[in-house]
Amino acid sequence: MGKVVVPVGPQHPALKEPEGFSLTLEGEKVVSATVRLGYNHRGIEKACEERTYTQNIYLIERICGICSHTHSTCFIQCVEELAGVEITSRAAYIRTLVGELERIHSHLLWLGVAGHEIGFDTLFMYSWRDRELVMDLLAMLTGNRVNYGINTIGGVRRDVSSEQIKDILKTVDKLEERTKYYIEVLTQETTIVQRLAGVGRLSKEDAIRLGAAGPTARAAGVKRDTRKDDPYAAYGEVPFEVITDQNSDVLGRGIVRVKELMESYKIIRYVLERLPEGELTVKVPKKIPAGEAISRYEAPRGEDVHYVKSNGTEMPERVKVRAPTLANLSSISHMLEGGYLADVPIIIAAIDPCFSCTDRMITVTDREKDSKSMLDWNKLRAYSIDWHKERGLDFSAISHLREDGR
Amino acid sequence: MSKIGKILPVALKTLFTKPSTEAYPYVKKLVEDDFRGKLEFNCDVCIGCNICTRVCPAKAITIEKVEGEEKKFKAIVHLDRCIYCAQCVDSCPKKALKTTQAFELAGFETGNMTVEV
Repeated sequence: MGKVVVPVGPQHPALKEPEGFSLTLEGEKVVSATVRLGYNHRGIEKACEERTYTQNIYLIERICGICSHTHSTCFIQCVEELAGVEITSRAAYIRTLVGELERIHSHLLWLGVAGHEIGFDTLFMYSWRDRELVMDLLAMLTGNRVNYGINTIGGVRRDVSSEQIKDILKTVDKLEERTKYYIEVLTQETTIVQRLAGVGRLSKEDAIRLGAAGPTARAAGVKRDTRKDDPYAAYGEVPFEVITDQNSDVLGRGIVRVKELMESYKIIRYVLERLPEGELTVKVPKKIPAGEAISRYEAPRGEDVHYVKSNGTEMPERVKVRAPTLANLSSISHMLEGGYLADVPIIIAAIDPCFSCTDRMITVTDREKDSKSMLDWNKLRAYSIDWHKERGLDFSAISHLREDGR
Repeated sequence: MSKIGKILPVALKTLFTKPSTEAYPYVKKLVEDDFRGKLEFNCDVCIGCNICTRVCPAKAITIEKVEGEEKKFKAIVHLDRCIYCAQCVDSCPKKALKTTQAFELAGFETGNMTVEV
């Protein structure tokens, strides 16, 4: 049988974000798969170098709309380490609380997306309906449904009142009841079990070899969780279990996520019961001492790593972000191989990908000269002006309107 | 142990409950009291220190002198640039800025998005 190469993406109805997959098919079976990133580069790391640390919190927070607290906390931990300050335990507890609420909304969102990808839209509707409960909690606590802006260098910006604690506990009870039902649905409903079992296999050895992170690794039986391995915020004091599963397929990844929700409720109850008294912020000077720092954070999707280099001024010299999706990407092509074409969307969705968080740069390959070059900001800008000029739109004449480079 | 139609009883029960969605924009969704919406400026207390302009991550706010008056300032906000982080509110030493619950701020022309608050 002849082999057929099918390009999926960068724009494809089955994908939520632009990314390219090249699938070599033998009949319906995927023989090999390659992933091509780089369609959604936004230049955030470079932009960080031109802003102060305080401004960067809000920029970094916007790397991802779903795990925004993840990125801002991870960045701030670096800055606080460089400045040599330790936040109060009340601030650490509030960060943990918002972090867990974020995990709940992200996992419920994933459950809905997974349901949608396998054509089970009933599950999608119900889990997204229940997700609204936790979104309302986040809006109540922080003022916004997404991009909470709760973090500031040296602590948190908003306190939790005793009425809010009551509201949170009430909603968490409701969510727990719904989650118990989802665990039953995910483990018992025939349509789901038969559709997902055995799809996108990733053995424990492969998960370790390919550096998988988060629920993707834990579903393969790898007990890897930054909250336990390298505790930050209040996780060192909070008892919880790292959920693993032996299924090592898409079903296992789903089960790990819904069971993690139960652990999140446990953490939230513990945090709210023992919320220590104290100040919300400690004072941090505007100029951060020279040095470099690295920090890790367990995002809902896996381990997030930030690196910050300071030169003693108000602005960082270098910021580097390794989003969890990048760690899971190398296992994707492995999981796709040997599967069916129809399983491709759910296998990709099962790592809970966030491609725009992952994209870092654009490399242009010249096939004739066989050379590679990178596009920087000015080159990209000149390219876009030329591109539009060829199509009859001249932006160079009005470029003075945007002299501030925005 | 697997069951067919595990989700069916809930699906049937939901048929007889109220819809979870809201009929926005016909029914207005209320936001929280401390929602970070459009800025409000109190010109009586502003001392024109420009800290808000310096901390703004989106270059969305500028403080200008009112023509012909001593120590009187006005705030110009670019609604299209503002990311509603409210760092200016936190940084203001005189508490001249505050956030409101206004969130329906979209417009049809870029030129109209720069407003005095």
